[in-house]
Amino acid sequence: MKRRLLLFLPLIAFLGLAAFFYYRLGMDPSYRDSALIAREFPAFSTSTLDDPNRTVDESLLEGEVTLVNVWGEWCPACKQEMPQLLDLEDRGIRMVGVNYRDTRDKAHQFLDEFGDPFEVNIFDPEGDLGFDLGVYGAPETFLVDADGVIRYHHTGYIAPEDVRDVIVPEVEKWRR
Amino acid sequence: MAPLIRWLTAALLLVCATQAVGDSIEIRDFDTPVMKERYRDLTGSMRCPLCENQAINDSDAPISGDMRDRVYMLLQDGQSDTEIINHMVDRFGEYILYNPRLENRTYLLWGIPLALLLAGALLVVLIVRARRSASSASLSAEERARLDALINRKRSP
Repeated sequence: MKRRLLLFLPLIAFLGLAAFFYYRLGMDPSYRDSALIAREFPAFSTSTLDDPNRTVDESLLEGEVTLVNVWGEWCPACKQEMPQLLDLEDRGIRMVGVNYRDTRDKAHQFLDEFGDPFEVNIFDPEGDLGFDLGVYGAPETFLVDADGVIRYHHTGYIAPEDVRDVIVPEVEKWRR
Repeated sequence: MAPLIRWLTAALLLVCATQAVGDSIEIRDFDTPVMKERYRDLTGSMRCPLCENQAINDSDAPISGDMRDRVYMLLQDGQSDTEIINHMVDRFGEYILYNPRLENRTYLLWGIPLALLLAGALLVVLIVRARRSASSASLSAEERARLDALINRKRSP
C-alpha cells in the first residue's frame, strides 16, 4: 500500500509545478522593482530647460514631496500622460520635470501645446541623469520624499485611473 | 536589358550595404585584446532593460546603446568587471544580470538544481542496492533447484 502511494509522487510534483506556472502566467513579466527605491535621488548638476544659465542640483528636491517626471518631446505616451500630470498639479502636488534626450526648442513647443504642470524642468539632453535614474524609456515618474529619498517609481504611462488609485495614495503616504 | 539589371542590382546592393553600416556598427578602440574580450563578455552578460530578452550587445534599443557606451567608458577608466557590474545593477537592478549573483534572495534559485542532482544520485544508489540484494540472496536452496530444473527443461526440447 505504501509503495502504491509512492507512485503518485510524480503526479503530485507535476500538479504542483503546473499550478505554480499557471499562477505566474497571469503576471506581468515586465514588472520588476526599481533599483532606486529607498535610495537618495542621484546627484546631478545641470541647467534648467528655461534658463541655460541657472544651475540646479539634487537639493532642488528637498523640503517637500515631489513627483519627478521624465519626459521628452519625442515620446508619444508623454503627450497622453500630460492631462494626468496637470490633474496631479491641480491637486497641489509639486511636479518637477526631467526633459530627457531632447532639445530646448522642441521641449518648449511640447509644453506650449500640451500644458506645463512643472515647477521647473531639469534639462538632460545627453540622458546622463536619466541613466543614473535607471530610466529605460519615457515616461517614468519618481516620487521623492521631503528628504530627497526616492520612494516610488512608476515606469511607463500614468493612466487616468492611476492618478486616484496609485499616485495620490503614494504621495499621501509619504507626506506624513 | 542585361546591363540595366546588373546596374540596378549593384545600386541596390550598395544602398543595403551603406544602410547596414549606418545602423549597427559601433567603432570602439581598445588598448589591449584583453579589454576587448572583457567588453564583449560584459555586454553579452547584461540584459537590455527594455527589450526583455536581448543582451545589450544584441539590441538596438537606445538604452542598450547608452549602456554599451557606459561599459566602454568605465573600462577605459580602469574599473574592474565587478565594479562595472555593480555600477549597472545600482541603476537598473538585478534584472539586467543573466547570471544572478549568489545572495539571500537567490540561494533557492542556485540551490534547486544542485539539490535535484544530489536527490537523483541518492535515488540511483538506493535502487542499485535494492536490486543487488534482491537478486543475490532472496532464493532459498530449494527454489534455486526448481529454477535450474525449469531452465534446463526449456533448453532441451
